[in-house]
Amino acid sequence: MILASVLTTNLAILVLAGFIGFVVISKVPNTLHTPLMSGTNAIHGIVLLGGLLLFGLAELGAFSKFLLVIAVAFGTINVVGGFLVTDRMLEMFKSKPKPKPAAQDDAKDGEGDS
Amino acid sequence: MSSLPLATSFLQSESFIYVLYIIAFALFIQGLRGLSGPTTAVRGNRIAAVGMGIAVVATLLAPGEGNWGLIVLGVVLGAVVGVPAARNVKMTAMPQMVALFNGVGGGAVALISWVEFRHHGSTFGSHTVHYSGVFHTFSLSLPALPTYVSIFSVFAAIVGSISFWGSNIAFGKLQEIIPGRPISLGSAQQVVNLVLLVLAVAAGIDLVAGAHSELLFIGMLLVAALLGNAVVLPIGGADMPVVISLLNAFTGLSAAATGMALNNPALIVAGMIVGASGTILTNLMATAMNRSIPAIVAGGFGGGGAVEGAEGAGEHAGTVRSTNAADAAIQLAYASHVVVVPGYGMAVAQAQHAVRELATELEKRGVDVKYAIHPVAGRMPGHMNVLLAEADVPYDQLKEMDEINPDFQRTDVSLVIGANDVTNPAAKNTPSSPIYGMPILEVADSRSVIVIKRSMNPGFAGIENELYFDPKTAMLFGDAKSAVAEITSELGQL
Repeated sequence: MILASVLTTNLAILVLAGFIGFVVISKVPNTLHTPLMSGTNAIHGIVLLGGLLLFGLAELGAFSKFLLVIAVAFGTINVVGGFLVTDRMLEMFKSKPKPKPAAQDDAKDGEGDS
Repeated sequence: MSSLPLATSFLQSESFIYVLYIIAFALFIQGLRGLSGPTTAVRGNRIAAVGMGIAVVATLLAPGEGNWGLIVLGVVLGAVVGVPAARNVKMTAMPQMVALFNGVGGGAVALISWVEFRHHGSTFGSHTVHYSGVFHTFSLSLPALPTYVSIFSVFAAIVGSISFWGSNIAFGKLQEIIPGRPISLGSAQQVVNLVLLVLAVAAGIDLVAGAHSELLFIGMLLVAALLGNAVVLPIGGADMPVVISLLNAFTGLSAAATGMALNNPALIVAGMIVGASGTILTNLMATAMNRSIPAIVAGGFGGGGAVEGAEGAGEHAGTVRSTNAADAAIQLAYASHVVVVPGYGMAVAQAQHAVRELATELEKRGVDVKYAIHPVAGRMPGHMNVLLAEADVPYDQLKEMDEINPDFQRTDVSLVIGANDVTNPAAKNTPSSPIYGMPILEVADSRSVIVIKRSMNPGFAGIENELYFDPKTAMLFGDAKSAVAEITSELGQL
């Protein structure tokens, strides 16, 4: 009985989250689809929590610990990198009053190109 | 000091941690709602990041959490790689960055499932073993590790592994480490994919049923890895927006499955929302290419198209009119409505700033400039919008396909920069064309067209573009960035 309720409660959360996801994401305009993608990317980096939780287990073997360090590192790349890069992109969508920073960016790009 | 133990026990209580998770996923949803417009989006992203911070803190509060040194090691490793990558990546390289971040997410899912199996494997398929770990979420109410836990765990392992390898291949293709053209086994490809899928699922079922072999688990991960490779390798560059969206959805769903296995609401909600987001984007991209998702995953866009393209070339040969920067500048200067149609070629040449400068110069002369963005222009959804935003192009000048298409009839000059298939009238006029039925930007309706292109090579779909043979089209051959810069300097001399 209790078992069923944990599973069914979680299934309810799963289904509701799916519907909410569809409603919320449908409102994102095409223009912001790249930031949306990198932003949701960052959010699924939440698997990091899985790695952190498993570190709490007793009797972890050395190899399990090794795998978990990689998993946590991967999750962190996903989360930190994802949010940072999304922030960078979204800042560009804000209207900027000064044209100066753009010109600098341009110069930097030119260098990288050669 | 005396109240500390009480406070600690409250902070570590199941309910408190659960409430933090609820706050975290509420912030994710609120944050994503902010992405409905460019003015609220920055804040939205930061709200979601705060939610992530809360979720991490909640997890670290769990009683029994340990191995702090290793946790710090993992986080530091991740930060050392992730932060500079995110700071320094060029906007033109965003598709591969997203593919890479997506891949490591999938990899983390697969590794977590593996460790779960190593730890709980002996209880897979058994309802009688009592679980008494420090896993706070289980100690809640579960007397044993139920079957559904192993089902979700195995699902997460398979999908996570597919996503990791698929994303890495997509990264390799976008970064041009691996050739962008389809690499496939031909007609055997679909059979191979199917066999790999069946093998992975069969191994998964065996594991859930109680096979306690770690070797089998590793085998399952490897088969899923092969499947990830086999699915993405045959997909051509132009189909990348679909693939990246699909892999994004996969990683999200695998994260949700991990959440089901770990009984963690934050993971379930976050993973499911990402799954929904990826699914919506995948559908949008597939619709914009008039192709079904199964057809894209099965591959084979390049082959048939190349043959037809060759025939088309023979038919049209010799009717292309080429122009130079000076003539193009004059043409643009005397126009009143100009529509810029950017494509992947603009990204490759890093021409977005040059394009913006040209537009500014034209606007000074009273020319109305807009940008027509096809949903699949570039290598990921919204790719062109990000590049143009980087170059400070005002948001309201970027027009979506349905919005701009009626405008082409009163457009004097359409300036096509590195876009190909998305402007090909064959999609409307030639039922035998592989891209027939794909919604396109109706560039051919405008009074004149200037196409900036490196050469007459057909696009990734390998299809000859009828637009280039239209009498009102002039081709300006060259690198997008230098060609656009030349036009701008010619404009200045007018």
